[in-house]
Amino acid sequence: MSETLNRLRDMARPDRVFDFMVPDVSPVDVRHGPILYMEDVTVSFDGFRAIDRLNLTIDDGELRCIIGPNGAGKTTMMDIITGKTRPDSGQVWFGSRHNLLRLAEPEVASLGIGRKFQKPTVFEALTVFENLELAMAGDRRVWTTFMARLDHEGRARLDEVLETIGLEAERDRWAGVLSHGQKQWLEIGMLLMQRPRLLLIDEPVAGMTEQEMHRTADLLNRLAGQQSVVVVEHDMGFVRSIARHVTVLHQGSVLAEGSMDAVAADPRVREVYLGAEEERHA
Amino acid sequence: MSQVRTVSSGTGSVRRSMGHLSDRTTTFTCAVLMMAAVLVVGLNLLPSDHALHVGDATVSLLGKYCCYMLLALAVDLIWGYLGILSLGHGAFFALGGYAMGLYLNAQGANVDGWQAWLGHFPLAMLAVVLAPGLLALVFGWLAFRSRVTGVYFSIITQAMTFALMLAFNRNEMGVGGSTGLTRFRELLGMPLNSHAMTVALFVASLMAVLLAFVVCRMITTSRLGRVCIATRDAEARTRFLGYRVEHVKLAVFVVSAVMAGIAGALYVPQVGIINPGSFAPLFSIEVVVWVALGGRATLFGALIGALVVNWLKTVLTTEMPDAWLFILGGLFVVVTMALPQGIAGLAASLRRNRGGSAHE
Ligand SMILES: Nc1ncnc2c1ncn2[C@@H]1O[C@H](COP(=O)(O)OP(=O)(O)OP(=O)(O)O)[C@@H](O)[C@H]1O
Ligand SMILES: [Mg+2]
Repeated sequence: MSETLNRLRDMARPDRVFDFMVPDVSPVDVRHGPILYMEDVTVSFDGFRAIDRLNLTIDDGELRCIIGPNGAGKTTMMDIITGKTRPDSGQVWFGSRHNLLRLAEPEVASLGIGRKFQKPTVFEALTVFENLELAMAGDRRVWTTFMARLDHEGRARLDEVLETIGLEAERDRWAGVLSHGQKQWLEIGMLLMQRPRLLLIDEPVAGMTEQEMHRTADLLNRLAGQQSVVVVEHDMGFVRSIARHVTVLHQGSVLAEGSMDAVAADPRVREVYLGAEEERHA
Repeated sequence: MSQVRTVSSGTGSVRRSMGHLSDRTTTFTCAVLMMAAVLVVGLNLLPSDHALHVGDATVSLLGKYCCYMLLALAVDLIWGYLGILSLGHGAFFALGGYAMGLYLNAQGANVDGWQAWLGHFPLAMLAVVLAPGLLALVFGWLAFRSRVTGVYFSIITQAMTFALMLAFNRNEMGVGGSTGLTRFRELLGMPLNSHAMTVALFVASLMAVLLAFVVCRMITTSRLGRVCIATRDAEARTRFLGYRVEHVKLAVFVVSAVMAGIAGALYVPQVGIINPGSFAPLFSIEVVVWVALGGRATLFGALIGALVVNWLKTVLTTEMPDAWLFILGGLFVVVTMALPQGIAGLAASLRRNRGGSAHE
């Protein structure tokens, strides 16, 4: 009883929000199945079902694209996974061990679920290198941060991530002078510094040039395998260039799932989404 | 050299390495301060009819400027790097000053009760650090915990210093009421008005500036300093990365307040008086103006700003005492419009234009 009270008090502490970088002791268990498992998830906002009996599984190391018209519930789905929104019913598991519906946002993050929001926010007055350094997992207390020196391992990790996101040449430039696309990659790099198991990326190529889109596709393809990646994207050309497996969301539930070509050929999908999309682009 | 850590332009300035940069700025500033100390003390030793002789009055004036420079450093540390605009640093300065004043008062005079305790030098020095430090700790804890930021924080710091001014004005406080503390005689057994003491206080003040500068550089070039800048520019994002933004703010705020307190403690024996006027809200605002004029988030900009403005003030208040506030206000407006990065920013851009090299 008193333990529960203490736990409650701990959670009410305003500074507890920041604890989520502390590495979790129990690792994600993916021996017996997918890394992310959602079953019969339903969320209503004032009676409107934004997510309606959604079923979704993501395998370990998979790169999955989620497409769907505006308001299909894509962002809401990410909110549920990260603990920002609580569903009315259903189950969400991370591996076979962690019930995400029992965890608060910081705890979800500390389990290794990284999320990139649509609008890039990097620290403009710091260099690319320093941005990554701040994102590196580790002790975040004031004194340790003051005394912190970059060790070999950290430096190696930094160089590795710099290479992955293709910003080696920008290493010592201020993040503020980067292009929009470079900022997006830097932000993905900041997520990678925390060694996530699952990356949720919302509309990564919005506002990017053609060339930047190609590089982003490369980057996401390289990320898959080492971690699972879920990408929400509107741009069909982009989805076609990265996706092996596509899920179409419509009115809060899965309308179709499969390879890009199979999904694109599905008449229901053409009706609700692709058709409208192509008309708009024509 | 230019440590102006805001993105200055689209030119894409490149910073090559963290290590060298920090060392060069610190070494340069320390060398300049040391040279200033040697120069002033040397010129003071010249015979008084010598053309280059620097009199005790000037030495004392320079010592006073050093205290202002230290105070400006304290403000730049939290305003420049953390974006916390404190308009109450005069209060920390004054508290350090009162602690020192009470110590000086207890020399020889027969005071009793708690004030007698402050007659012991080590205890008095402890009070110099603890009084502003504890106030900052409590005040900062309450404010940062409830996420009071921006202009609201500035306003409550003004309220804080105003409230303290009213409190210290009251005779019941036992610290001299509206007249404050004055008629000090000696410090550590040496008469305050002696030549040796004047020089010693100047040197001590300059060394305090030097030391504080080194501490500030250590903080701002550490990873903690980068967290401060991150907090200043995108607080929510920094919090999302797992940093305890409130703790960072509190720690730096307390360090800054203690620096301001030490400045006040060094100031009082050199001017011979401390009264509630030091808590005046306007004084705290003036300090911010010094830093803005010198250039925010550069540290040495704060030093330059405090020195230049106070030197101007000394010159101009004797010439036209009524006009000073208007001149200060005008200067502030002109500089914020024409030189948003202050004097330090101007110097940096001149260097860039001349040298053409972007690395600092
Ligand atoms: N907090 C909320 N309160 C009320 N309604 C909400 C809330 N969040 C989302 N919705 C509604 O739920 C539906 C799904 O929204 P969601 O943002 O998940 O769509 P989306 O698929 O991400 O769309 P887009 O492609 O435009 O980003 C929308 O109709 C939205 O208005
Ligand atoms: Mg969305």
